[in-house]
Amino acid sequence: MSAVAEKLAEPLPPPAAGYWATALRKLRRDRAAMAALVVLAVITLLCALAPFYARDVAHADPFQSNLSGTTIVHGRRVEVLAPADNPLHLGIEPIGPTWRFGPYMLGADQQGRDVAARLLYGGRNSLLIAFASAAICLILAALTGLAAGFFGGWTDRIISAVLDVIWAFPVFLLAISLSVVLIAHGVRIGPLLIDASSLSLPILIVGVIYVPYVARPVRGRVIQLRESEFVLASVGLGVPPWRILLIDILPNVVSTLVVFAPLIVALNMLTESALSFLSIGVQPPHASWGTIIGNGEALIYTRPMVAIAPGIAIVLTVLALNILGDGLRDALDPRAKLRN
Amino acid sequence: MRRLAALFLLLAGIGCGFARAAPGGTLRLVTASASGSFDPQINYTNRYWEIFQAMYDGLVSFAKTSGPESFKVVPDLATAIPAPADHGTTYVFHLRPGIEFSNGEPVTVQAVVHSFRRLFRVNSPNAGTWYDVIIGGRRCAAHPRHCSLPGLVGNAAEGTVTFHLRHPDSEFLDQLAVPFASILPADTPEHDMGTTPIPGTGAYMARSYSPASGIVLVRNPHFREWSAAAQPGGFPDRIDYHFGLTAEAQVSAVENGQYDWMFEDVPADRLNEIATRYTRQVHINPVNYFFYLPMNIHIPPFNDKDARLAVEYAVNRASMVKLFGGPALAAPTCQILPPEMPGYRPYCPYTKNPGAKWSAPDWRKARAYMKKSGMTGQPVTIITEVQSPFREIGIYLQSVLNRLGFRASVKPLSPDIEFTYIQNSANKVQISVTDWAQDYAAPSDFLNVLFSCKSFHPASDDSINMTGFCDPAIDREMQKAIVLSVRHPRQGDALWAHVDHQITRRALVASLFSVKKLDFVSARLRNFTFSGEYFFLPQLAMVK
Repeated sequence: MSAVAEKLAEPLPPPAAGYWATALRKLRRDRAAMAALVVLAVITLLCALAPFYARDVAHADPFQSNLSGTTIVHGRRVEVLAPADNPLHLGIEPIGPTWRFGPYMLGADQQGRDVAARLLYGGRNSLLIAFASAAICLILAALTGLAAGFFGGWTDRIISAVLDVIWAFPVFLLAISLSVVLIAHGVRIGPLLIDASSLSLPILIVGVIYVPYVARPVRGRVIQLRESEFVLASVGLGVPPWRILLIDILPNVVSTLVVFAPLIVALNMLTESALSFLSIGVQPPHASWGTIIGNGEALIYTRPMVAIAPGIAIVLTVLALNILGDGLRDALDPRAKLRN
Repeated sequence: MRRLAALFLLLAGIGCGFARAAPGGTLRLVTASASGSFDPQINYTNRYWEIFQAMYDGLVSFAKTSGPESFKVVPDLATAIPAPADHGTTYVFHLRPGIEFSNGEPVTVQAVVHSFRRLFRVNSPNAGTWYDVIIGGRRCAAHPRHCSLPGLVGNAAEGTVTFHLRHPDSEFLDQLAVPFASILPADTPEHDMGTTPIPGTGAYMARSYSPASGIVLVRNPHFREWSAAAQPGGFPDRIDYHFGLTAEAQVSAVENGQYDWMFEDVPADRLNEIATRYTRQVHINPVNYFFYLPMNIHIPPFNDKDARLAVEYAVNRASMVKLFGGPALAAPTCQILPPEMPGYRPYCPYTKNPGAKWSAPDWRKARAYMKKSGMTGQPVTIITEVQSPFREIGIYLQSVLNRLGFRASVKPLSPDIEFTYIQNSANKVQISVTDWAQDYAAPSDFLNVLFSCKSFHPASDDSINMTGFCDPAIDREMQKAIVLSVRHPRQGDALWAHVDHQITRRALVASLFSVKKLDFVSARLRNFTFSGEYFFLPQLAMVK
């Protein structure tokens, strides 16, 4: 057998792992990121179970005031909102945490509602708003960044100018201003009317304000890719621009967007919580962790758990998202300098 | 033995020295923020009226004392309260001689006439609703720049001012006693003086006023006490009113003795703390003040009386009381007039056992009226203030309305805009959460102001009749009560009670609860005096 034939008879080396497979492997090796993912999954699962908790454990409607209701604690029937025990009979105190897996485990708020049940329902809304607004933000940022970076010229100047104007406002000031204006009457986008009490309104506001934060790095990456050899080759071969965008550029930008995603979700959650705390985010009867903290502000001296519990939930979720974001960045784009 | 007795006397003396407060010293007050113009003829807030009453005088004023006597009108810059002549349409006041403003100018007939013309020329908030009873007042309200007010005649030689009214008005003296009718120097500019204090005749004058930091009051060097009831000399030498602390911070500051009194209501979560640890520093007094839900009778669903009745029967007023701080601070009510008001006769048709007092919601009747109204499924937006307890009441009400079958939502607005927003019928407000406090203790200040035809101004921010109710027959009865009360107060009160019950039966508003005022003061403050009219009287407090 000739040397050539011997060479041909050797088994082929396994194909090199793809970019995404490599990244996934790296991510799975990152213990901190995996722990964060588990924490997020647990929080999401608990929030998803909110209706079951309210019905089968708390036995209460977390959106219905219960100012004159009673409950049983340690075998005794007590008022959910009881007069405070002091010489002047001043003030009313909601029932405190029972620390038992049952009604009022974390106590009641000023309306006599079960805090634990509201915490889970509030988490659903906080997570929904954070993820939905992040999706809006990333889609808008991808579209504007791709268009500005790829087409350049006037398209780039106009888009960049608009992004610069939005970016010039302090983010929270812009969010508060938009919320205060839009919350009075809702917002109409063509035939679509978003009611002031709808969750879509905070989703839209929070989704829009961070677009420049993501669009500018995307634009930079697209400009870099536009000058790369494989894109120039496609242009030389006469490939249509939309095809170059979709086939050559977009896949190379996706990793940037994926790295940004957890960070934007975390930022959006904090922004929504701040707006809701100020009563210009999620509107009653809906709840979010921000609104529950807002409700707890008036009870901070007597029933601090009303504010502390959602605060802990926000800290855990945002911390987990940030750790996951770091892990994704290390796995997908180790050279990125997002924090600079 | 002699030494022992001396020591005893010394200790007793020291003890008395510490325990007893005395005139002098600086009284330190605190509030969250400024309240707009410092012009007494413009400002319409209790925050400044509490200060103005020590700085300014009218021809008459409310007695600076506590209890029911504090509603009594006493002569101030006038020597006596005149008996009305010409069937109650003419009042002749004699000015006290020798009184000077804090800038040294004498109080003259000219200053009195100028002050009343100025009241119209600066568009004082109630110029067109209270003082238009003076002949020429209506024209002045319509054309302030050209106001001559022929119904007010001054006679410098005799030192008299004469008011000619269009008709008898039982509340005219009350209206002369509030800060809008303060007598100011004759050369006071005829525009809102904003942050520039105007010289007054009271025991104190403003040394400085800054909307950012506060007010400093010192003794008026030209003041001499002419009537302890009208304008007492006051105890502190200086009153510092600091702006800028939240209610929570105010409570802590008063607890620590950094301030002697706080303006804001004590937050609900601090009530137990102050009642337990600072019991002797808490003062609770009844006031003419109630919370209610005005329902717009011109737009669905509350243009239907059955829908309004459903709300009346469903609302749990005891629950609302809890949101305000409990039974020690509020009491359920179904009617308009508060318990301390003349003409108050307890009446509650919207309860499980109708009678004098509210006992419990009647859901059977509420559901029956709801069904009868056919308004099930109707969307309702509740407008409320973003701050406590309004927001909490709004959220509770949303639960009640949803339970009744409405599709209710809550829209909390900033306190800066909410009160004008709910007044404007162009905003199509269906139901709102609001409150009303007296200007002075007269039933018309609740009934006539909130429900008369002339208080309803469509598409205006200044339309305090938020329900849009207008019944000329009830208007006539209220006018009759106003006139009757001039000479026959008891019969007048009986007629007011009848009007109160009539309006309550119309279910135009759901009255929720009447409230008491809680004041929290420092440990060193003595002689706390609470006037039903002005509330805390700072000049009568001792702190030294």
